[in-house]
Amino acid sequence: MAAHLKKRVYEEFTKVVQQQHEDLSTKKLRLTKPSKSAALHVDLCKATSPADALQYLLQFARKPVEVESVEGVVRILLEHYYKENDASVRLKIASLLGLLSKTAGFSPDCIMDDAINTLQNEKSHQVLAQLLDTLLVIGTKLPENPSVRMRLVEVACKHLTDSSHGVRNKCLQLIGCLGPVEKGVAKEAESQAAKDVQKIIGDHFNDQDPRVRTAAIKAMLQLHERGLKLQQAIYSQACKLLADDYEQVRSAAVQLIWVLSQLYPESIVPIPSSNEEIRLVDDAFGKICHMVSDGSWVVRVQAAKLLGSMQQVSSHFLEQTLDKKLMSDLRRKRTAHERAKELYSSGEFSSGRKWGDDAPKEEIDTGAVNLIESGACGAFVHGLEDEMYEVRIAAVEALCMLAQSSPSFAEKCLDFLVDMFNDEIEEVRLQSIHTMRKISHNITLREDQLDTVLAVLEDSSRDIREALHELLCCTNVSTKEGIHLALVELLKNLTKYPTDRESIWKCLKFLGSRHPTLVLPLVPELLSTHPFFDTPEPDMDDPAYIAVLVLIFNAAKSCPTMPALFSDHTFRHYAYLRDSLSHLVPPLRLPGRKLVSSPVSPSITPHEDPSQQFLHQSLERVYNLQHLDPQGIQELLEFTIRDLQRLGELQSELAGMADFTATYLQCQLLLIKALQEKLWNVAAPLYLKQNALASAAAKQILDETYKMEFMYSGVESRQVVIIHHMRLQAKALQLIVTARTTRGVEPLFGMCEKFLQEVDSFQRCFISELPHMQGSFVDKLLDLMPRLVTSKPSEVVKILQTTLRQSTFLHLPLPEQLHRATANIIEPTGESDNPLRFTSGLVVALDVDATLEHVQDPQGTVKVQVLYPDGQAQLIHPKPADFRNPGPGRYRLITQVYLSHTAWTEPCQIEVRLLLAYNSNRSKASARIPKSTWNESLEALPPSENGIEGTIPFSKPVKVYIMPKPARR
Amino acid sequence: FLAFSLCPGAGQDVGRSCILVSIAGKNVMLDCGMHMGYNDDRRFPDFSYITQNGRLTDFLDCVIISHFHLDHCGALPYFSEMVGYDGPIYMTHPTKAICPILLEDYRKITVDKKGETNFFTSQMIKDCMKKVVAVHLHQTVQVDEELEIKAYYAGHVLGAAMFQIKVGCESVVYTGDYNMTPDRHLGAAWIDKCRPDLLISESTYATTIRDSKRCRERDFLKKVHETVERGGKVLIPVFALGRAQELCILLETFWERMNLKAPIYFSTGLTEKANHYYKLFITWTNQKIRKTFVQRNMFEFKHIKAFDRAFADNPGPMVVFATPGMLHAGQSLQIFRKWAGNEKNMVIMPGYCVQGTVGHKILSGQRKLEMEGRQILEVKMQVEYMSFSAHADAKGIMQLIRQAEPRNVLLVHGEAKKMEFLKQKIEQEFHVSCYMPANGETTTIFTNPSIPVDISLGLLKREAAIGPVPDAKKPKLMHGTLLMKDNSFRLVSPEQALKELGLAEHQLRFTCRVHIQDPRKEHETVLRVYNHLKGVLKDYSVQHLPDGSITVESILIQATAHSEDQGTKVLLVSWTYQDEELGSYLTSLLKKGLPQSTS
Repeated sequence: MAAHLKKRVYEEFTKVVQQQHEDLSTKKLRLTKPSKSAALHVDLCKATSPADALQYLLQFARKPVEVESVEGVVRILLEHYYKENDASVRLKIASLLGLLSKTAGFSPDCIMDDAINTLQNEKSHQVLAQLLDTLLVIGTKLPENPSVRMRLVEVACKHLTDSSHGVRNKCLQLIGCLGPVEKGVAKEAESQAAKDVQKIIGDHFNDQDPRVRTAAIKAMLQLHERGLKLQQAIYSQACKLLADDYEQVRSAAVQLIWVLSQLYPESIVPIPSSNEEIRLVDDAFGKICHMVSDGSWVVRVQAAKLLGSMQQVSSHFLEQTLDKKLMSDLRRKRTAHERAKELYSSGEFSSGRKWGDDAPKEEIDTGAVNLIESGACGAFVHGLEDEMYEVRIAAVEALCMLAQSSPSFAEKCLDFLVDMFNDEIEEVRLQSIHTMRKISHNITLREDQLDTVLAVLEDSSRDIREALHELLCCTNVSTKEGIHLALVELLKNLTKYPTDRESIWKCLKFLGSRHPTLVLPLVPELLSTHPFFDTPEPDMDDPAYIAVLVLIFNAAKSCPTMPALFSDHTFRHYAYLRDSLSHLVPPLRLPGRKLVSSPVSPSITPHEDPSQQFLHQSLERVYNLQHLDPQGIQELLEFTIRDLQRLGELQSELAGMADFTATYLQCQLLLIKALQEKLWNVAAPLYLKQNALASAAAKQILDETYKMEFMYSGVESRQVVIIHHMRLQAKALQLIVTARTTRGVEPLFGMCEKFLQEVDSFQRCFISELPHMQGSFVDKLLDLMPRLVTSKPSEVVKILQTTLRQSTFLHLPLPEQLHRATANIIEPTGESDNPLRFTSGLVVALDVDATLEHVQDPQGTVKVQVLYPDGQAQLIHPKPADFRNPGPGRYRLITQVYLSHTAWTEPCQIEVRLLLAYNSNRSKASARIPKSTWNESLEALPPSENGIEGTIPFSKPVKVYIMPKPARR
Repeated sequence: FLAFSLCPGAGQDVGRSCILVSIAGKNVMLDCGMHMGYNDDRRFPDFSYITQNGRLTDFLDCVIISHFHLDHCGALPYFSEMVGYDGPIYMTHPTKAICPILLEDYRKITVDKKGETNFFTSQMIKDCMKKVVAVHLHQTVQVDEELEIKAYYAGHVLGAAMFQIKVGCESVVYTGDYNMTPDRHLGAAWIDKCRPDLLISESTYATTIRDSKRCRERDFLKKVHETVERGGKVLIPVFALGRAQELCILLETFWERMNLKAPIYFSTGLTEKANHYYKLFITWTNQKIRKTFVQRNMFEFKHIKAFDRAFADNPGPMVVFATPGMLHAGQSLQIFRKWAGNEKNMVIMPGYCVQGTVGHKILSGQRKLEMEGRQILEVKMQVEYMSFSAHADAKGIMQLIRQAEPRNVLLVHGEAKKMEFLKQKIEQEFHVSCYMPANGETTTIFTNPSIPVDISLGLLKREAAIGPVPDAKKPKLMHGTLLMKDNSFRLVSPEQALKELGLAEHQLRFTCRVHIQDPRKEHETVLRVYNHLKGVLKDYSVQHLPDGSITVESILIQATAHSEDQGTKVLLVSWTYQDEELGSYLTSLLKKGLPQSTS
């Protein structure tokens, strides 16, 4: 019996379910809506006026149509179409035809002929356009039918001569989407329609209507996207379109030119009005650069964006984009950048500028000055100075991309990027700082540039400062003065904004480890040591002093001579910091001291292996020892859990893995403990205490499984099965406990039913994983399933209990990467003794600032919870814009929480914490169930599929002192 | 044609702007500025140039003021009230609001302080302003039936505009002063591709290409910041309007960004009134201010407070904006004298200084100044120069020309030598003619006006249906009757024209005799001709009628023997004028003779 059942499960699982679904839905449809098409027909016949008919059609369009009846509906619509005199109704019918052909599962080739026929006698341009749109839909639904496409393209070509722009528009769109792409197919099919699609479209580049011109270019781009290689001949045509009067045409033309420049970068084009020739990509680059000073900002943005992706352009063209020859009264002038550079190279730094310092020098030959160059001159200078910030951002992005591929260009554009740090719009500043960080491996900052960069450290925006810290982390500084300057400015930043502490320390860590030799000569000054006198010991808790030490210790790591310069207390402080801020202070080999961290050798690779090995060993040990006596298992589990937890604390890389497994083992332990209780056989009234223990264990296991499923990133389906399995076991336990404690069978019926449903859905979700679960609870349960379904609740419980005891312990495979979602509330700190006072009934805004790590989709899942002392809890959904993403896997939540309460007599603390919301519907397992498009079919799913929503607290709660005062009257 | 004359205002000179344009019989005066350098009659333009006898109101159709700077609007009360002009004056809303403040201020200085007479009064300013019609950006204002004007954004100062003046299909664009790069409070000038016949552009910086503004801004901010951090005081002498607001915004945002606490003061007076208008005309400012004003109006300064004389002696750092800009008198000079002795302090000159002023002296490096009363003032404070100019540079001018695509360009408001350079460049780059008239000179530019003709839709459709698909780029031949009636042109079908004019239709036929040497009989000749034509004119219906004549469409061909020489046949070809094209083709064909092969 069991074998038979299993076989059935394996063989027919998917089919069975799906068929059921279909049967169900069709049955249902026939019952509720016997024939939609008939109803429509009746409606349309009833309609006395076009307005009426339109109303019916509008109503009809609101409801979806099932696949089976689409064709019938289409026939009715078409029938009505021919009878209808009113253009608006025909238009609606045409649009409905398009909508219907989109229906999933419906193959529209049967209605194509009719649709094409309708075109023949149509007079109204709007209806024609709509019909062509419908044909487009039909065509796109039949991708593997070239002859149909051919026919449609032919139809479109016929209507290209229409006098209405709308029709021509649609025709071009259709040709663009359906036109033959492969040359070979075109030749075979029909030579007649295989007229060169490109030529047909190209002819409409000079259409009289700008909308049609745009459509033509777009169609061409569409062909390109579909894989047709555009001809180079189009290039000259496209260049002419750049001077079009209409912005949408110019914008599309810029795209087309870009596409061509990517297709034929190396071909040679002549320069008009001269005999020279240049590469096409250079020519296109020049032309697009020219568009950066277009009259329309949409075109400017477009052009600036595309510039970034033209990496094949030759370097002298590229460098021209940053060149704008300055002159004054026809004499050459140096730019401020050049002057700064000269000042710097002459050794004279930051001299006060005198009047006339920028006085022009040499005379310029008037003939040689090109004011509006045909080339790329100064495109970025213009783009970065543009009026619209959208253009500036696009220009900065383009600079970034070009600089990443060309180190010499990176060096040149540095001045301009530094200038952008002072833009008036914060987004632009932020973007340019990020850009600078991205290209930082190509550049070294000059001191005057560093000066400008550091000046931004005083910015009041936290994002800007943090971005800048990130930038400084990976900047190369050329001199020791530069390092000193950076340190001074960072310390200034620290005093002004103490909350930046962590970020500044981190920044100094990298600054130190990158420039050990530059830090070395600064050490005596920084530590204020004196060759003869002992200096007072600095305050160990001073963040500024810690900052300096972080810099020095990180530099000392690769500079063995440095510790010789330390004074005694520095060593002591080292030991303290190494322990308290181990992520910032590296292990040092200090002379004359016993190596505190000697086992931790500097190289990391051999060091990682043992702990990983340890992890796996301890797990294996647990999994192997299945047949130990219960006591032994429990002890082993306890020890292993303890080990794993400690391991997680020590090795941050393995923390996720260790925690995850520890949680799993914990669940197992709880389960075993609950089952091992000896009081199971005692009569109900006597084991109240026992009951409490077991049900608490069940509940805890449930909670833990949700945590395991949703709090870790990198969990794969293999793990999800195990987690769900554990949850199932917990539910079984719950059922048993309830059965024991409750009297009467009524409630038990429902519970058993529900449990069996869950087993069923488990089986459906994880069918592919079942073979790996030999001997497990579920495996056994499925064998007994037929018996369970027929037996009484009390029997079910009994069976469950024995299965639960006999089932083996499942091996939890570990994924490659596993990270636990963590959150840390930075603000409020919870240290303030000053209550936040506000008038009761009004609201007060509390700034919350938290860092989130390894949270997937934080915008949807992270909530803020506020607990008032009276037990009232408030759940706040932060806005999506409140989440910033400073790096991969890291998020920062900066939001405001509004508090309000009735008056209190004295200040009291509220608790603020972050929650991770989950919904089991969203889980990866259920994603596999094919979701149908119509709402009706969703109802057919069993209720257990409707996910369980809940929240997991994942940050330490922070206490805030508040005091709502009574309102004064 | 389009006549263009310059009042004795700005031609190749920076000073009074006053330009007279005659366009298609309409006279428009552009700007009405005064020269700040003179204190006598030369101060105002010589309006007798415009019309020797007769009232100005009769001669001028309207006056347009581009922005509120006195060299563009200073002579307006004089012109309208003292010389006498009652017609409309157009300016933008902000200009209309701020212009009287400046005029009043200037009047006070000349009349009350310098005691001059023969100057306009406050009442005159008010009366003059009553004649002003305010316009919106991109609003087409119909001055009269034919003349229309339209304003475009010009940057430069709040409310500055470029004007397009259009009569029929002839148009002129006058830029006034404009700025093609945005600054901290204003955007960049913008114009659409309006393709005017003439673009009149200022050319103050005809030979300059300016560096990016950012460096200068950063330098300025850094200097101020450093001085303030040192505990020094910063004095910035400014003129009340225009650059002062830009610098205020610059400092205000910087203070905000950097969280600075040192106070910034602005010497009061007309500035407060003007700042009020800056707050109101947010739509005229740049993107940033426009976007953020919902949260906070940038001109409602948080850090900048009104200055009081007593504050100058306060200890600690501060920044003060004071008028006037060249340190020649008034509050800025007073403060300067107080602070000059301390090397921690700094003075920043944000603009150019005229020779002879204190500003000019310290900029040229003089450290000891002789003040009134033989006092010697030693200047220990730092002196900095920062130029913030809001005129378009050579590149900007070229960019505007590229945007507008004019057929002719005319440069004003600049120095002749510099303009020469730009002129050459414009002609070379855009292949348009460029002019640069001197003061008082009249330039005439011939235009090529296209004359619009109304055509009835029926006729258009009928004619369009004949021949190939309409193509925008190719001219198309149409048949119709041009009716010129009541100053309007209409193209109508011949039948309708006859009906409207009450004329009977006359048939007009062209007849032509073609001699052909052919010794054969007449009907044989006819047959040959018929065969020949049938061979050549495949697309037309060629018929041989029983009466011995041939018809090609509606053209009749008959052959008769020559009365004297029987060997010569005379072909009579006759066609109506509608078939002129085909008829003349046919004649020329027949004149070539018949092909020999058939004979």
